[in-house]
Amino acid sequence: MIGIEKINADFTKLFKEGSALLEKGCSAVMNVCRKEAIEQFVKLGGIPHKQENYIYTDLLPVFEKDYNVVLKYIRQDVDINEVFRCAVTDLITDPILTVNGWWFDRNICSELPEEVVICSLKEASLKYPDLFYTHYNQYASKANQDSLIALNTAFAQDGVFIYIPDDVVLERPLQIINLLRANGDLMAFQRNLIVLGKNAKATVLVCDHTLSEQSFLMNNTTEVYLGENAYMDYYQVQNQHMGAAQINSLFVSEQRSSVFDSNIISLYGGFIRNNMYVSLNGEGGECNLYGMYILDKKQQVDNYSCIDHIAPHCTSREHFKGVLDDMGVANFCGCVRVRPDAQKTEAYQTNNNLLLSDAARINTKPQLIIDADDVKCSHGATIGQIDEEAMFYLRSRGIGLDEARMMMTFGFAHDIIQHVKLEPLRKKIDSLVEKRLRGEISKCNNCMLQCNK
Amino acid sequence: MLKITNLHASVDGKEILKGINLEIKAGEVHAIMGPNGAGKSTLSSVLAGREKFQVSQGEIEFNGKNLLELSAEDRAREGIFMSFQYPVEIPGVSTVNFLKTAINEIRKYHGQSSYPPGDFLKMIRQKMELVGIDNKLLNRSLNEGFSGGEKKKNEIFQMAVLEPMLAILDETDSGLDIDALRVVANGVNKLKRPENATIVITHYQRLLDYIVPDVVHVLYDGRIVKTAGKELVAELEEKGYDWIKEEVNRA
Repeated sequence: MIGIEKINADFTKLFKEGSALLEKGCSAVMNVCRKEAIEQFVKLGGIPHKQENYIYTDLLPVFEKDYNVVLKYIRQDVDINEVFRCAVTDLITDPILTVNGWWFDRNICSELPEEVVICSLKEASLKYPDLFYTHYNQYASKANQDSLIALNTAFAQDGVFIYIPDDVVLERPLQIINLLRANGDLMAFQRNLIVLGKNAKATVLVCDHTLSEQSFLMNNTTEVYLGENAYMDYYQVQNQHMGAAQINSLFVSEQRSSVFDSNIISLYGGFIRNNMYVSLNGEGGECNLYGMYILDKKQQVDNYSCIDHIAPHCTSREHFKGVLDDMGVANFCGCVRVRPDAQKTEAYQTNNNLLLSDAARINTKPQLIIDADDVKCSHGATIGQIDEEAMFYLRSRGIGLDEARMMMTFGFAHDIIQHVKLEPLRKKIDSLVEKRLRGEISKCNNCMLQCNK
Repeated sequence: MLKITNLHASVDGKEILKGINLEIKAGEVHAIMGPNGAGKSTLSSVLAGREKFQVSQGEIEFNGKNLLELSAEDRAREGIFMSFQYPVEIPGVSTVNFLKTAINEIRKYHGQSSYPPGDFLKMIRQKMELVGIDNKLLNRSLNEGFSGGEKKKNEIFQMAVLEPMLAILDETDSGLDIDALRVVANGVNKLKRPENATIVITHYQRLLDYIVPDVVHVLYDGRIVKTAGKELVAELEEKGYDWIKEEVNRA
């Protein structure tokens, strides 16, 4: 308990002492939210401890490391393009880099339609006060009981801002590459805001990587606003080292007839917490949340989601699958809420887990809260081992034990990967997952440093 | 090719096979018939290497090797193929990928390099034509959502691709309508070579109208109690198994 109290006190102290730096270069909207958020953080009792939504998650080992927190942008001493190379080579994207949560100062986003804005969040907060006033922290504040999200609002200074106006369709996917690289253990915050106007369309691929062997704790929050009939195809591939912890929160506000498709693949990382909040505010909205997590050693992956059906005639599908080996621990908690007015809702939620060892653990809690009477909803969770009969079937065709197990596991995971619509990306994820399952990714393989961590 | 001597096998402590003797030579088709619970499926499972069956006594020699010492996958690599009575559905693993893996694992065992990818697809297409299965099956998950007939056809297709020395068809006719039965049987007949052998395990005469056996065995209570030529099939179909049971019980 002493550990947590000290950590909480450190945060409030840091906030007080660093407030000048924290506020520097950010707009009033951001800074007002910042002050409210730290108050909320204190009010909630600081880092979640024995709270319902973090009941199986011990955050102390994640937070107790002696991290540095850097409240201003520090230029990297190397060319990021030299130390990082994207593995998805067949996919032509518009890359956007962040380093330790900050917009990378040599990002070039030149070939995009003129009216599209992609820039540093900080810069955007000053340039586009109206957009910030309308959207900033409007969706993340839904999770007002989660102190880690309040912590992000309190400390985040920068990140990626994307604005795609009405009727603009992006041809190429945007690829946000979040890199962590430091000389000492680092805690960092990142905040992103993505706004799609009416009928706008975009594909966003987020890749999380570590480029140095230090311990990291990244608290990253993304807010997404989808205007009427907008469409967003969202992918996130989390590939960090064992010493990295990630709290990744995604808030999506969907208006009438908009569609949000997402696929979050937790490939590697010491600790990953994904929070996903989707609210379906207008009729005809659709949301598809897919995810996969692969764990071994002592990794932990939490997936926490809240899908809020506010308007009628909306559909949501949620399917998360996990493969757990060694002493891996995963938690799944999904809540689908159907509000009284949300008649004709269709909501489906599934979580399936494959345990490959006796010591691996999964806690799963699929939930439905239904306050309307004319809806179609289902939820369920399974936990199982590899089917022995199927193993025998494969072996009886000459496939060896290891290869058979690999095929079964991969087959299990492929169910999720098949939802990836971009073919080069699907193939890449397929091969990354296969490599991962074969134990060939025990480090971030894209990193030139090959730090073996 | 295959020589089974005094084979005893049990499952969960219960003895099912009580001294099987059987010899099969290259080029032969043997039918094993018998009433329910006689041990027919146990025999095929023991041959294929299913681990839940324990062999307590006896020997199985396959092309000069001690089969009982080999794992299920090594038996397959040595040329044994069992067509499953209930083929397993494997979601997420496409039929074509499965076959490619299987064939390359077998080749690796024999010290051969992987099947050249271009030739592989050509070969696959030929075998599909031979067995008469739909192209679309290839990229679908293995057996997932297949009808009973499709599953059995897929077994024969796998057999065509893997070209085993000894094929064991375990109740391949169960759950098949007459058209599917004919397709499956034709496939088996087309794959017959002087150097390979087939064991057909079945309850009924039906399948044996199409796949004509050289030798027919009747398995009852864990033993082969009668061995004769193909004329035995008709006799069994007419008279059932009771007369054989009586013969055995009298002796």
